[in-house]
Amino acid sequence: MISIEHLNKSFGRYKALDDINLSFKKGQAISLLGPNGSGKTTIIKSILGLVIPDNGVIKINNEAVTAHHAYRSQIGYMPQIGRYPENMTIEQVIHMLKEIRSDCKSYDEELIEGFEIDKIRKKSMRSLSGGTTQKVSACLAFIFSPEILILDEPTAGLDPVSSELLKEKIAKERQKGKVILITSHVLSDLEGITSDIVYLQEGKVFFNKTVEELQKITGEEKLNKVIARILHDEAYKTNPA
Amino acid sequence: MKIIKYVLLDLVRNKVILVYTIILAGLSISLLSLDNNTSKGLLSLLDISLLFVPLISILFSTIYFFNSMEFTELLLALPLGRSSLLLSEYGGIAISLCIAYAVGIGVPALFLAPGMEAFILIICGLLLTLCFSALALLVFALFKDKTKAIGASIFIALFFTLLFDGLLMTFIFSFSDYPIDKPIVAIVALNPVDLSRVFMLLHLDVAVLMGYSGALFKKLLGTFAGTIFTIGCMMLWILWPLWLSARIFRRKDL
Repeated sequence: MISIEHLNKSFGRYKALDDINLSFKKGQAISLLGPNGSGKTTIIKSILGLVIPDNGVIKINNEAVTAHHAYRSQIGYMPQIGRYPENMTIEQVIHMLKEIRSDCKSYDEELIEGFEIDKIRKKSMRSLSGGTTQKVSACLAFIFSPEILILDEPTAGLDPVSSELLKEKIAKERQKGKVILITSHVLSDLEGITSDIVYLQEGKVFFNKTVEELQKITGEEKLNKVIARILHDEAYKTNPA
Repeated sequence: MKIIKYVLLDLVRNKVILVYTIILAGLSISLLSLDNNTSKGLLSLLDISLLFVPLISILFSTIYFFNSMEFTELLLALPLGRSSLLLSEYGGIAISLCIAYAVGIGVPALFLAPGMEAFILIICGLLLTLCFSALALLVFALFKDKTKAIGASIFIALFFTLLFDGLLMTFIFSFSDYPIDKPIVAIVALNPVDLSRVFMLLHLDVAVLMGYSGALFKKLLGTFAGTIFTIGCMMLWILWPLWLSARIFRRKDL
């Protein structure tokens, strides 16, 4: 579904992505992990066409993303920080996106109902708290039932109930055979949602394995322990002292 | 197109736009009712427009473009072309600034000093608004950092409203022994603020009294050709920044 081949990107002298090769299939829920500045957001933005790679190809359904913008109708994107026009109401923002995507006739409003957005639809975007804005972003990512979901730190700032609701929704969409790409620092939030883990470090793919494989290698059950174990082992290998 | 509508929807409730309109309206009403000679009042309004419209237009637009950066990213994750999105955003902001000017200066001027002169003044202000918000778009396309962009915007506005005339003066004084009439017309075409000043002066009886460049244009081109020339140049000053910013923005990393 998504294939990334030899992707390189530098910002000035700083190399953000260094020869990234990845491919994601239907039904996969991939977690992009890595320290700050390891290139997670740059990968996401490259897939969305927001960042233009120096070289390398990203294909979605065998079509290069640089060719045309039509491919983005298959993507739902939830940004890390959602900022919306201050004086617009939630209702207007949702309307606006629906109008832009006039090709899409049926809407998935499960999250809008779940988060009870209807009750606050007349509120202006300026008056919303960070968490509520995040909820709106989540609703907008899912509303056109896209084949690919790209979620940048989806649960950051959400209250436990909403976070749980969103996770359920993600799991549900994954079962429908969608590709889901998540970045998150909260490893416990990814538990049970994610099928694969891609760990980035300094713009390179450090490892790309399924959760089962990782659990087998490390002998740990919990995701955060698994990751901690691998990183610890690696640190030991490179610097045994 | 759809985006223009929503940008407008957001901006009509924007407080800065509202305050801008009210200040313009206050100024024009007081200036025009102060004196019996409305021509004088219109000239003062022209001076105010030439000074403030560029500054406010470019500064407000730049800030707005940068503040809606995240939303622009979100919209670009939809199947939308970059250039069309950028130009729609420009359209929305330019239209709302134009409305502010039309309401603040236009309506009082047409009521208190009806006639050709008021009409010309309005055209001047609207063209300046379009031009400087287009320059703001260019600044937005060029810069990644908001603070630097705001600095650049202020510099551009001050350059065209204040600095440029100073440089022109120096030029005129240092080459006063030569026939420099024609070069001066060409140089004036490099500044949208001067162009609109000339455009207005061409249509006022006081043109000859009001300055060197106005008289020069009248002498060299006559009112009609002068009007065509100034309007044409103003149009270019709107179109080239738009064209260039669309080009740059297409390759920009967001």
